[in-house]
Amino acid sequence: MQSLKDFQEDTRAWLEENCPQSMRTAMVQEEIVWGGRNAEFANPDSKLWLQRMAEKGWTCPTWPTEYGGGGLDKEQAIILSEELARINARSALSSFGISMLGPVLLEYGNQQQKMEHIPKIVRGEIRWCQGYSEPSSGSDLASLGTKAELQGDYYLINGSKVWTSYADKADWIFCLVRTDNEVPKHSGISFILFDMASEGISTKPIQLISGSSPFCETFFDDVKVPASNLVGRLNEGWTIAKRLLQHERTMISGFGLAAGQSDRGGTTSTVASLEGAAKHYRGDSAKLSDPVLRDQIARFKIDSEAFAFTSRRSVEESKQGQGPNATSSMLKNYGCELNKRRYELMLQAIGSQGLGWEGEGFSDEELQLTREWLRSKANSIEGGTSEVQLNVIAKRVLGLPDILSLAKK
Amino acid sequence: MTLVLSEDQQLLKDSAKGFCQQNSPVSVLRRLRDSKDETGFDQDLWKQMIELGWAGMAVPEAYGGFDFGFGGLGVVLEETGRTLVSSPLISTVLIAATAIRELASDAQKQELLPKLVAGELLFALALDEQTTHSPHKISTMAKKTDRGYSISGAKTFVLDGHVADKLIVVARTSGERDDEKGISLFLLDADAEGVSITRTLMVDSRNSANMQFSQVRVSEDALLGELDNGFPGLDKVLDVARIGIAAEMLGSMQAVFESILAYLKQREQFGVLIGSFQGLQHRAAEMYSEIELCKSAVRAALSGLDDADKTQAEIAELASIAKAKLSEVFFLVSNEGIQMHGGVGMTDEFDVGFFIKRARVAQQFLGDAVFHRDRYATLNGF
Repeated sequence: MQSLKDFQEDTRAWLEENCPQSMRTAMVQEEIVWGGRNAEFANPDSKLWLQRMAEKGWTCPTWPTEYGGGGLDKEQAIILSEELARINARSALSSFGISMLGPVLLEYGNQQQKMEHIPKIVRGEIRWCQGYSEPSSGSDLASLGTKAELQGDYYLINGSKVWTSYADKADWIFCLVRTDNEVPKHSGISFILFDMASEGISTKPIQLISGSSPFCETFFDDVKVPASNLVGRLNEGWTIAKRLLQHERTMISGFGLAAGQSDRGGTTSTVASLEGAAKHYRGDSAKLSDPVLRDQIARFKIDSEAFAFTSRRSVEESKQGQGPNATSSMLKNYGCELNKRRYELMLQAIGSQGLGWEGEGFSDEELQLTREWLRSKANSIEGGTSEVQLNVIAKRVLGLPDILSLAKK
Repeated sequence: MTLVLSEDQQLLKDSAKGFCQQNSPVSVLRRLRDSKDETGFDQDLWKQMIELGWAGMAVPEAYGGFDFGFGGLGVVLEETGRTLVSSPLISTVLIAATAIRELASDAQKQELLPKLVAGELLFALALDEQTTHSPHKISTMAKKTDRGYSISGAKTFVLDGHVADKLIVVARTSGERDDEKGISLFLLDADAEGVSITRTLMVDSRNSANMQFSQVRVSEDALLGELDNGFPGLDKVLDVARIGIAAEMLGSMQAVFESILAYLKQREQFGVLIGSFQGLQHRAAEMYSEIELCKSAVRAALSGLDDADKTQAEIAELASIAKAKLSEVFFLVSNEGIQMHGGVGMTDEFDVGFFIKRARVAQQFLGDAVFHRDRYATLNGF
């Protein structure tokens, strides 16, 4: 077997040869690659980079090779991510298929489902969206009412979802549906996959406070879905749903990690670090002149260092092949609170120049910052609110009595 | 660098835990306090700790130690923190052994370390002069004389000062009060002429003392490390000490948190367990998260100390991260320890009061959260 040192050398050499130069710069919003049937590549190098990474299965480094994954073990995957970080390589593919659906499909899907969907996720050929929240089912997700009725060899789906990220751009959806109304709410939910091009589906983007519309309302009107698209057993979808949420929370906790990382340097942007921004906009040189801001920035940075150590420790502690557990709620909650803190501090450091909305008088970077600050407010709502994460920690990690045990089922 | 314990470290931690719970529960500190014990620590217990090899944990084998690294000493300190063990482990093993190891000449090491490891000598670091930690603000003067130096000045908050056999005194040999340059360290006998030591009884019932030095004459070879350039070495020793104290604080805060959790699962009001109230659950969940971050900060700093590739600047940063974070969270957890136990938490009979008292002293010792955030910012160029 190849030693880790050899693996590292080979990886470094391969990246040196295959990662285009423009892919070794900080990612810009418009060039993020989401894949899918209508994939857009604002930068042609992005396409090349995706193809090369997908060929090696390195868009999904630890997934089995039989489904197109990289087949790497945990140590190798850490080395790969370190080598990618070393050259400041962009992520070749951003996808909910990778961060959310793939891991649970590998765990709960049947062979046919895995063969059909996993390789396309690895190669970025199909873009997925998540059908979870509904207008009346937010934190109380299990009360969801979108109905799926079996009619021969297909399910007939009726209802609506909300906050469906990029539903208007996605090719397929993984969706929670109610398949039994007569049992306690958690026991009548199923997990099903279907094509967004199916007849009877419509989407409507929702404009957010940041001005953009990444989320949609999604309506299902007599949508026919083959019965074989059900993942796992009928009415046992809640288990899969919760598992997927753990993966989603791990992904979102990465925002906090990324906030800390970008704050540790790497780019030359004036807003790459809080202290850099404070110096630039306030004209400070060596030491920040506002002692309160300086203390708050130091506190933020110390917390994000300790958070990065914690994320790393949780990877080291989890046994190989074992996915995230209840601590994903802790990481999610802390990570997104950190990310929000960072944007607030950034605005404070910059002053009025960080509050531009559009037009002249502001750089693109400044305008983007305002929007990102507003976007960050969703971090502690999406994937389960911070309050829900604290409930999960209290119950699953600390073993405190369930506050909801007396609530109506 | 790894953030999980090795098998050896885990075994050591388990055995240290067993030892502390069995031989030195909080009731031992309570007894020392109530009996106004003159030494302020349990001599028999210290002998047992010496027999376990704890004094030689981070001392090289060449000087009679066991070379188990700071990772080893760290897990021991964490366990002593759980039960608030009062012993010379911090003053003598964590601080003095490190100072000697880092700064002393080989002759000094040969003379002192084996005795330290064998428990024959106790040490104290006489550093602070202000009521808040400011290690380079030194007014204590060491004047050159024909046959050595003459030391005059005053020190405060000297841990184990009144029981130490040897003192490591931070003094100024040149420069102005706030200069880092011009600081030198001296090793002297606690009973030397001109040294006067007054024990100060602190809220945490640990040992502390004020000291006066009045023209204390020492020879040339009392100098520990470089003349006038003692600060960088001192700072390195302080960083080791800060990390060790953070490890001890980690153990203490976990003990408080476990007590809180147990109480939430046992106390009933309004006909239900109070642990079912969301107002308390969320505070508990937030404390849990903060303590997890503390564990990681301490592990990272300890493994940094055992990593030969780490620079002093990197260690300094890890030390300030750990001491700032742990000071902040121990403050939180010790306050919640009282509040969440309600009236019971206010009684002397219940142990949680000992922890909030220890928390405030440990927070201040070698720099509180504000001191270390300031230092972190300076280290990072802002």
